[in-house]
This record gives sequence, C-alpha cells and structure tokens, in this order.
Amino acid sequence: MQISVTVNGVVQERDVDPRTLLVHFLREELDLTGTKIGCDTSQCGACTVHLDGKALKSCTLLAAQADGANVTTIEGLAVDGEHHPMQTAFWENHGLQCGYCTPGMIMATTAFVKDNPGASEEAIRHNLEGNICRCTGYHNIVKAVKQVADAAAGGD
Amino acid sequence: MSTRIFGSGIKRREDPRLITGEARYTDDIKLPGVLHMAVVRSPYAHANIVSIDSSAAEAMDGVVAVFTGEDVDLAGIPTAWLIPDSDLKTPEHPALAKGKVRYVGDGVAIVLADDRYTAQDAADVVDVEYEELPVVVDPEAAAQDGAPQLFDDVENNIAFRWVMGDKTASDGVFNTADVVVRDKIVQQRLLPTAMEPRSAMAQYNPATQELTLWCTSQNPHIHRFIISAVTGLNENKVRVIAPEVGGGFGSKIPCYPDEALVSWAAIKLGQPVKWTETRSENYQITIHGRDHIQYVEMAASRDGKLLGVRATVYAGMGGYLSTAAPGIPTILHGLLYVGPYMMDSVYCESIGVMTNATPTDAYRGAGRPEATFLLERMVDMVAKRIDMDPAELRRMNLIPAFEDGHEVATTLIYDSGDYPAAFEKALGIAGYDDFRREQAEARGDGRYLGIGITAYTEMCGLGPSQVAGAVGFQGGLWESATVRVTPTGKVQALIGASPHGQGSETTLAQIIGDELGFPVDDIEVIHGDTTETPMGWGTYGSRTTPVTGAALAKASQKLKEKARVLAAHLMEAAVEDIEYADGSFSVKGSPDQSQSIQDVALMAHLAWNMPEGMDPGFEESQFYDPPNFVYPFGTHIAIVEVDANTGDIELKRYIAVDDCGPQINPEIVAGQIHGGVVQGIAQALCEGVIYDDNGQLLTGTMMDYTMPRADMFPNFELGETVTPSPHHPIGVKGVGETGTIASTPTVYNAVLDALTPFGVEGIDMPMTSAKVWQAIQSAQS
Repeated sequence: MQISVTVNGVVQERDVDPRTLLVHFLREELDLTGTKIGCDTSQCGACTVHLDGKALKSCTLLAAQADGANVTTIEGLAVDGEHHPMQTAFWENHGLQCGYCTPGMIMATTAFVKDNPGASEEAIRHNLEGNICRCTGYHNIVKAVKQVADAAAGGD
Repeated sequence: MSTRIFGSGIKRREDPRLITGEARYTDDIKLPGVLHMAVVRSPYAHANIVSIDSSAAEAMDGVVAVFTGEDVDLAGIPTAWLIPDSDLKTPEHPALAKGKVRYVGDGVAIVLADDRYTAQDAADVVDVEYEELPVVVDPEAAAQDGAPQLFDDVENNIAFRWVMGDKTASDGVFNTADVVVRDKIVQQRLLPTAMEPRSAMAQYNPATQELTLWCTSQNPHIHRFIISAVTGLNENKVRVIAPEVGGGFGSKIPCYPDEALVSWAAIKLGQPVKWTETRSENYQITIHGRDHIQYVEMAASRDGKLLGVRATVYAGMGGYLSTAAPGIPTILHGLLYVGPYMMDSVYCESIGVMTNATPTDAYRGAGRPEATFLLERMVDMVAKRIDMDPAELRRMNLIPAFEDGHEVATTLIYDSGDYPAAFEKALGIAGYDDFRREQAEARGDGRYLGIGITAYTEMCGLGPSQVAGAVGFQGGLWESATVRVTPTGKVQALIGASPHGQGSETTLAQIIGDELGFPVDDIEVIHGDTTETPMGWGTYGSRTTPVTGAALAKASQKLKEKARVLAAHLMEAAVEDIEYADGSFSVKGSPDQSQSIQDVALMAHLAWNMPEGMDPGFEESQFYDPPNFVYPFGTHIAIVEVDANTGDIELKRYIAVDDCGPQINPEIVAGQIHGGVVQGIAQALCEGVIYDDNGQLLTGTMMDYTMPRADMFPNFELGETVTPSPHHPIGVKGVGETGTIASTPTVYNAVLDALTPFGVEGIDMPMTSAKVWQAIQSAQS
C-alpha cells in the first residue's frame, strides 16, 4: 500500500507491505536506525518516537497507521546541530551507558516534560515505567529529566 | 602542582553519537544483497526429532534456502572453561540439533530469505515432527537416579563435581561448633536482558577466503578463534567486529550457534547473512544467569566468632555447557566463601547439572553474587540465633585493614582492604543506631521497617593467566594495548578489550591523558575490531579498567620515557636534567626552554635528529598480565518498609560505600554502582525465570518477566573509601560488578529484618508482594 509520512520534516512516500511495523519502516526503509527495538511487546520503550507530537512506541504501530502523520525520531530532535536540552542533560548527568535505550528514553521524556514542566521526581519515575534501562539503575536518567523539567518550569 | 584529569568526572566521550541516534549497532549495519536468517526452534524441552519437512518453506517466494542439522558441517560449539579435578564432561553442542533437542529454543533448522518477514514466515512453516521425551528443569532433581537423561555420556546429568576445601577438617569444625545455622537457598534463574538483543551478520569473500563477522560480542578476539575453530577457516582469515554493543552483562561473552550459523551460511551461499534475535528468542536462547540450589551451613561460637561455612550447590547448566559455564559456580563462586571475614574453614561441593533449560553462563557478578548472598544470609541467621545485633556480629569478624596482601582460607591472597572503614562509613550514613530506635517505635505503630547490611569483598580484574591456566580457563587473561601518537600529536589507543557501555573510551583516555599530558579530547580509544586492534581477551569480570588500564598506563609511561630522552637530545640537555609537567618537558633551571609532548611526537616521526640508537616513530605497545586479581570491597545498607496487609515492599533508602581504589572518573564509577545495585535488587524483589514442568519458559517476554523499573527505587546514597591495589601500576580495582554482588542479600536481609515480628524465617526470591503476604500468613498460623 502507498503511504506518505513526514519524518523529521521530510515527506516520505513509499509503497509498503501493509503489515510493516512503523519501527521497521523507519529503520529498514528510511535507514533511520537511531530508533531501536528492545522487546517487541511495547514494554521497553527503546522504539519510542513522536507521532504528531505524542510519544508512541513504534514497534506496535503499523507504518500504515502513520500515513499522513508527522513523525520525529531521535535523528530529528536536534535543531540546526544544537542538541535538544534533554540530549544535553543525558550527556551532562551520565544518564546513559550502553546507549541502546537512550533514543527511546530521550523521545519519551522530551514529550513528558513538554506536558509536565516542573514535574516532581516521583512523577518522573512513575512516567518512566514504559522505558526500561538495564545499565544506569535510572538514577542519573531521573536526574537528567529533572534538570530539564525544572528548566522548563523556569527554575534553575 | 599540575591538574590531573585522573579523578575528574568529565562527560563521556562516547555519548554524542549515542544521544543523537548516530551510533551503529550490529543490526543497524546494512550490506547490499544481505539475506536474513531465521532459526526454526524447538517448542519442546526434550524430544527426538523424527522428521523435518522444509518443502513448504522452500517453495515460498523470497526463500533462498533451508538447512537442517544434517546439512551443516560445523564443528561443535566448544566449552572453553575446562575446570580440573571435577570429572568434567563436555557433551557435544552442535550448532543445529541432530536427532534430539534439549531445551525450548534449541535450533533445529535455519531459513535464509530476502527479508526478515519472509524468513520468519518460512520458519513458521518448516514442519518438524517430534517425539516428546520426559523433561527435567530442576538441577537437584536432574542429578537424582531415574531422572530423564539429556546425554548418554553424562551419567545422572552430572557434568562436573567440583570440591573446594578439606571435608574432614570442615566436618571437625561443624561437629564441635556451639552454633550451626543452615538454610536451603534458591538462587533463581535470571535473564541478563541486555537491552540490545543479540545480532550477527557475516560476509565471505571467496577470492580471499576472508570472513567478516559483525556481532554483539564482549570479546571479539575470543569470538574470532572460536569461529575459526568451528568453521575451519584460518584465524587470520576471520575478522570479527563488535561495533556499538548495547550492554552484555555476561550474555555476550559466549559464542552461540547463531554466530556460527550466519558464518556458515554466508560461506555456503556466497551472500552476506544477517540474524537478529527477537526478545522472545533472547529469553529462550541467550544464556541465563544463577540457577543454584544451595544447601548452606555456617558454624560459629556462642559469643559470635564465625568459624566456617560449607555448602552443597546444585548448579543448573541447561541443555548444553555454554562457553564459560563450568567456571561460574566453581572457581568464581567457591573461592569467595570467606568474604571479608576472619573465617578459617571453607568447604564447597558444586555439582554442575544438565537440565532441559536454556544454558546458563556468566551473568553480572557470575558466581560471586551467589557466594556473597549465602554468606550474608548465614551471618544474619547466626546473629539471630545468638541474639546479637547483625552489625555488631559483622564488625567483630571483619578482617582488619591490610595494605599488601592477606591470605585467606580459600587460598586467595586479597590485595588490599580496609573493610572496617567502609563498614563504619556506611553505618554512619545510614544512622544505624537511630534507625534501630525508629524501627522499634514504628513497630509499636504497626509499621514494619527493616535494615539489611552486606559487607563484601570480591575478586575481579580477571586475572593472572597462570591462574587461568591452573583453573582450566582455555585462554589467557592478560590484555594488550597500543598507544599510537600521530605526527600532529593526536592519540589513537588501540585495545584488545571490547567495552559495551562501561565508558571505557573516556576512562582509558583519562589514564593516557594523565600519564602523557595529551588533552582527553585528542585521544581516541579504538576497540572491537580484531583486524584493527591488538589481541585481548575481552570485557567482563570487571577487568577492562584494571587490566587494559594497566597496559595503557605502562605503554604511556614507556612513551614518556622515550619523549624525555628525545626532548633532552633536542634541547641539548642531560636526560636527568629534564623535568616533566602537564605534557611539557623542560630543562631544570631554564624553564624557558621546553618541548611539548606534541613537539616531541612530531620530531619522533620526522626523525631528522634522533639520539644515537633511538628508533623513529611515537608508538608503544604493552602486554599486561596482572600478578593477582584485584579485590574491591565495601558495605551496602538497605532500609525497607513492608506493608503487612499487602506484602508490598518499599525500598526507602539504599546506601552503598564501595572501595575500588583511586577513581579515575567518579561519575562513571557511580553509574556502574547504580546500575549494578538495581540489577542485584531486582533479583531480590522482582526478577525470576519460571519454567513449567514441561520445560516451557513462562517468562518468555518482557510482559511476563519483571524487569526493574524507575519507580521501584529511591535515589541512591553513595560513599567511598580509597584503598589502592598494591600490585597495580595505578592502584585501581574494578567496579563493574560490585553493585550486583552486594545488593541482593542487602535487600533480602532488610525485608526479613522487617518481618522479624512475624517470625518469618525465609522467602524464596524474588520476594514479590504475594510471597511476602503469604509468608506472613503462614508464619502467623
């Protein structure tokens, strides 16, 4: 089937097998391999992308469901080569180790902080339930997200 | 005084590619014309293969070939840790099952197709007829007479029986001790769950007979010689590349059938072949950890002197013996039975048992968490029995501080330690005495608080090669490294180890920067490619910072000496008059005359004006074989609250005081501890593999296997002490596994402490709310 998806600002028109998962469309068809597959069952969040501004897991969406939509992946998050504040915060706070969950973590938490500026540590931890990290013990991820959430609320 | 980059928590050099999605993991790499491999896997835990009909699969559009075990002429997948004096059996492990399958997930056939969807579809229609056989998954049951037999040549499924210590002497201690406590401890199976599933892609060039294998490996040089051995290709024609690797935790040490099969298929078909496991496949076929049934006893005097520990361990090996499996519940386990305590008697009998389950192997800590758990469990039981405070009992039995070697009953010589200092520091952070008062008050209000303490030491930085040989490890345990400085003064450090998340590109650059004065941003640490890098045995056993780090420190020191001599020559001064500071050589007494390390590097490359006898170039290599293990240590404390009505456990505080010697990058050290602690706590509270009696894996996806999540944990409270290793060139010890080693018993003991008023004696891990609630009910009835 024919689909048209705007990915990181570029319109992508493709003929895809109707059963193609969005994550495979991004990785295989568009070569945007920053989006990862970690569990296949929507638990780990490594495949999180923004679909029309909402953080969604691309391993349980069909590419066809993104027809006509606007998708942002980790590759499209930086603007003019400037890291998004969440990318910077993960780097500054040692919020990643092997890096495999990181694109999904960053996509999930940027959407979260946008909707929840000034979120509490408890709210941040609760919201991370859909993203699994095996390396960091979450400690520094929470710290990174808190830094951005505080800044978004106008704090310092 | 110069500023040292050593000890600075600088941001990681690997992160820019990781936070932008630009890093390339194995599955991210594409080759034109690549075929995708899917593996037909056994749905039965134990069965004879009666027939395989692949005609429907072969007829599908896009399917290139289907092969079975009869087609694949690879040598068996080897076991590489042949522990001595244990009557070890190493049953054959074919890359694809021949005649019989031994666990759910055992490979039966492979399908090669143009894309991964087609490959999987075709695998689903390969028709395999099985004749089911009786199944055994419990390692103790599997070792009994009459149990289903996995292999004709492994009687009672016992692959090895390893004994440590003098049984008569141990019996003597236990027969005469005032107090003996005992327990059966089940160290449940765990799923390592590196977030990146395993993946392998092979490409073969028939003209040059060269095979390139990209794979998720913690040790590409080991993968190279195993792939060479199983395919029959010369080792110098095999190139293994571990690109970005998304965590391992031990699960990417072994060479699995899958890596061998993509290699074989790429050679056979003349096209590149890729395979990436699904998470369900990962849970079925990638190694599991732990799986011990331990019968443990500890002897003590009435006044609290710990006298000895002994254990019989049934260690489940699964359906085949994985690469390092025999060494895990033996060498890496029993040798830790003294822990940080003055205890003179140790005895361990470890029985490795084949079962109809996924093979087990090294999982973060590998044998040492299982030893630390049983010790700390026993210590708490002794405290309870003699009615002594568990902190006081530990305090009076800790080995006093030592700086240069302390031999213990397991024959290990601990390098250095100040266990009491770390212990008191942790108790101080926790406010132990105040906590006991708070606990007593809370109980009055019907609130159940508990505290758990673990004092530990562990052996890592594996290790002297002579020891490796003596204990049957089929390899060395040294590392090598080359520090190469380009003419313009930029550094490439080539290492044989293969980090995969540890931040070694940063930590190791800090070592070089500290020794030679190059800015860290001018130092690239290159790893993971057997053609680019010198030989090394890999990243595991908390060994890359201590072993590779030592090689790099020594290579850097050699370069510095060369630079000093060359600088003296260039400045027409005597070598002994040359002073070095912050990457600059100057002549004593004439500070205006100086040569930077970059100047010297350029002159060494140009070689226009070299001292007599000095070779050109600015590069040094170093092999480093550690003279001993390193022994980090510390004390962890957990404070929990248990809701007696629901069985819910709230982890309120977690304190970790660890000593890994001087910290090169404290932020990275803390990150290792955070992650390790969570992995260990997860064993206590939520993770556990469940097989049913038919050997079906019931925890086969992340929907069924409880991974730890962010909202289970408080912020961790870390402290450190610094006791350098006396034998290490820069004093450092490993820290990759300490968190996992210490945290499981810490939280377990805290929960049992909370449940003291109910008289709960033990709960099998993981301590889920349901089990805690049930234990409270049972104890009260």
